[in-house]
Amino acid sequence: MNYSKRNRRGFLKNTAALASLAAGGAELTKAQTPGTPAKRVDELIAYGERSRYVNSIRVPVSERHSPDEFGLTFHVLTPLQDSVGIITPSSLHYTATHRGAIVPDIDPREHRLMIHGMVDRPLVFTMDELRRLPYVSRIHFIECLGNRARPMHKTVQETHGLTSCAEWTGVPLSLLLKEAGVQAEASWIVAEGAEEVKGASSIPLAKAMDDCIVCYAQNGEPIRPQQGFPLRLMVPGFEGIYQIKYLRRIKVVDRYYMTYDDYGHINPDAKVAALTHQIGPKSVITFPSGGQQLSGAGFYEISGLAWSGAAAVGGVEVSTDGGANWQKAELRSPALSMAHARFGFHWNWDGKECVLMSRCTDELGTVQPTRAEIAKYWNEPVEKVRVRGADNSVQPWRIASDGSVHNGLS
Amino acid sequence: MVFPKVLAVAVLALCPPAWTQSPTYKLGRSPTAEEIRSQDIAISPTGKELPAGQGTAKEGATLYVRKGCAGCHGATGSGAHAPTLISRKGPQTATAVPCLAPCVNDSNTMGVHSPFATTIWDYINRGMPLGKEGSLTPNEVYALTAFLLYKNDIIKKDELMDARSLPKVKMPNRDGAALPPEWKHGTPRLQGYP
Ligand code: HEC
Repeated sequence: MNYSKRNRRGFLKNTAALASLAAGGAELTKAQTPGTPAKRVDELIAYGERSRYVNSIRVPVSERHSPDEFGLTFHVLTPLQDSVGIITPSSLHYTATHRGAIVPDIDPREHRLMIHGMVDRPLVFTMDELRRLPYVSRIHFIECLGNRARPMHKTVQETHGLTSCAEWTGVPLSLLLKEAGVQAEASWIVAEGAEEVKGASSIPLAKAMDDCIVCYAQNGEPIRPQQGFPLRLMVPGFEGIYQIKYLRRIKVVDRYYMTYDDYGHINPDAKVAALTHQIGPKSVITFPSGGQQLSGAGFYEISGLAWSGAAAVGGVEVSTDGGANWQKAELRSPALSMAHARFGFHWNWDGKECVLMSRCTDELGTVQPTRAEIAKYWNEPVEKVRVRGADNSVQPWRIASDGSVHNGLS
Repeated sequence: MVFPKVLAVAVLALCPPAWTQSPTYKLGRSPTAEEIRSQDIAISPTGKELPAGQGTAKEGATLYVRKGCAGCHGATGSGAHAPTLISRKGPQTATAVPCLAPCVNDSNTMGVHSPFATTIWDYINRGMPLGKEGSLTPNEVYALTAFLLYKNDIIKKDELMDARSLPKVKMPNRDGAALPPEWKHGTPRLQGYP
C-alpha cells in the first residue's frame, strides 16, 4: 500500500475502525476539540500557567485554619499525592510559621541584610550587592517539625504535607560571615526576619559556617513572598523554623538565645532536644496513598519520596505485607544530600487487603524507624507511644480489597 | 630566608582563631551604631540587649486593657481566641473557644513555661499587640511583662522590672530546656536512636 497516495481523512477513518475493533472502546475516535483557555494569549505568552484541567492545591492543616480569625496564615500542606519527581513547584511548596504570620510585601530595593554582633566588621548588604557575590545553587528539602501523621489524617497531604523540596540559590552564609570576620569566642548566630513578628532562631555557628545559604532564588526565580521574598536563610537538613524568611539580620553571639521560636521547641530531655532540630531519615509512599482508589488487581508502580537531614538517601525499602518482609526499591532521581529522592517499586496487587510501607536508610546508615521501634526505644507500649521531636516514623497505607487506600494508623 | 617563613606558618597553625578571615570581596557597608541599636531586638537570657526603662505589674494592668491585649487574650488572660497568658488556678470549666494550634493552655502559658523572663519581654516587644507590632515603648513592655509575671505568681505586685532585674527573675521552668547537642556535619541527630 502506498501511504503517500492515501488522503489523510481516509487514514484516520481506517485507524478509527481498527481501534474500535480492538478495545471495544471508541475513546480515540471521538477526537477531542481542544477548548480555548480563559486568559488572553498574550498574557499567557508573558507568564505561563498550568492547564485548567490540573487542579492540585495546598490545604491548611485542620487543627488551625488559614487564614485564621486574626487573618494569620499558619500551616499549609503541599499536595504530595499529586507529586512526581523531586521538585515541589514554588506555588505548591508548603508554608508554615511557628505562630501564624502575615505575608509581608517587601520592596527588594529597600531590603537590607545586616551582619553584626561578635564580628570584626559589621556589614550591611543590599540585594544588588548580594547578587554580585559568588553563589551556589542546591536542591534541598524543608520539613516542618509539625509534620506528624495522626490517625485522624486521611491523605498523604495531611500526614506528610509539611515537607517540600526546591532548588535554592544564593550566597553561602560562610562567605558573608568571613567578610564580617567572626570572632573566636562566637558559638551561635541568631537569624531574624523582617515580617511583622520578626521571627528569629538560634543556629549553631558550626552549621552556619558549614552549608547554610542566604537565598534569593527558589526554582529559578526570585523566592516567592510566601517563601520569604526577597531573602531566605537555607539551613539544610534542619527543621523549617530555622529557614528564616524575609532575612534581615544575622547576629553572631556566644550562646543559645532562647528566642520565641527557639522557645517553641523546648524540652527538658537532651535526647528530645537532639531529635528536634536535624531531620531524621524519612520516607513516605505518595502513590498509592490515603484517599486514592486502585481500579483492580494488577500492576502498579509504587512511588514515594525519601529524605534525610543528615546526608543523602542511601536506599529505600518497601514492604507490601505490613513490615514482615522488606524489598529494595529503586531510586528514580538523583540522591542528593539533604534533598527529597524519588523511589519506585514494581508491584502486582493480588486484589487482597494488604499494608504498604516504605523505609529510608540514609548514607550514614541510619534507618527510618517503625512506631514499634520508637516505642521500644522509649519503653512505651506501641499503642501509646509519643513520637518525640521530629516524627520520622514509617507510614503504613492499608489497601482494602475494594482498592480503596486508608491511613494505616487509624 | 626560608626558615622564618616556615616558623610563621607553624605559629599560625598552632593557634588559629576559630575562623581566620579577612574580607575578600569588600562589598557591603558598615552599619551606624544607631542602625544596629534599632534592630538589635533579640534579647539574650543575660539581658544584654535590654534597653533602659522600667515598669511594674500595676502599670501593666492598665496597659493590658488600654493596649488591647485584653480584647484578644481575654480580660482574665484566658478563655479567649488568642493564647492563654494567665494560668487559671483552681477547678476549671472548659472554655467555649477552641485552642489555637499550637495550643497554649494553663500549663504551658509563657509566664510559667518560659525558662527565661527575657523571652516574654522579647516577644511582646517584637510581636505584640498583633497588628501594631513595634508600637510599645520599653517602659510599656517592662510593665506588661511584669503584669504577666505577677499574674502567674512569679513576682510580687510591686516588683520593679528593668534591664537588671528582669534577667534575674527565677522562672519555674528554668531547667526545662535542654540545649540541642553540638552539631557536626554528617552525624545522625541522636546516636543510638533507632
Ligand atoms: C489582635 C489580637 C491581639 C492583640 C491586640 C494582642 N494579642 Fe497577643 N497574641 C495574639 C495572637 C493571635 C497570638 C498567637 C499568635 C499565633 O499563634 O499566631 C498572640 C500571642 C501572644 C503571646 C505569646 C503567647 C504564647 O504563649 O505563645 C504573648 C505573650 C502575647 N500575645 C501578649 C500580648 C500582649 C501583652 C498584648 C497587649 C500589648 C497582646 N498580646 C495583644 C493576638 C493578640
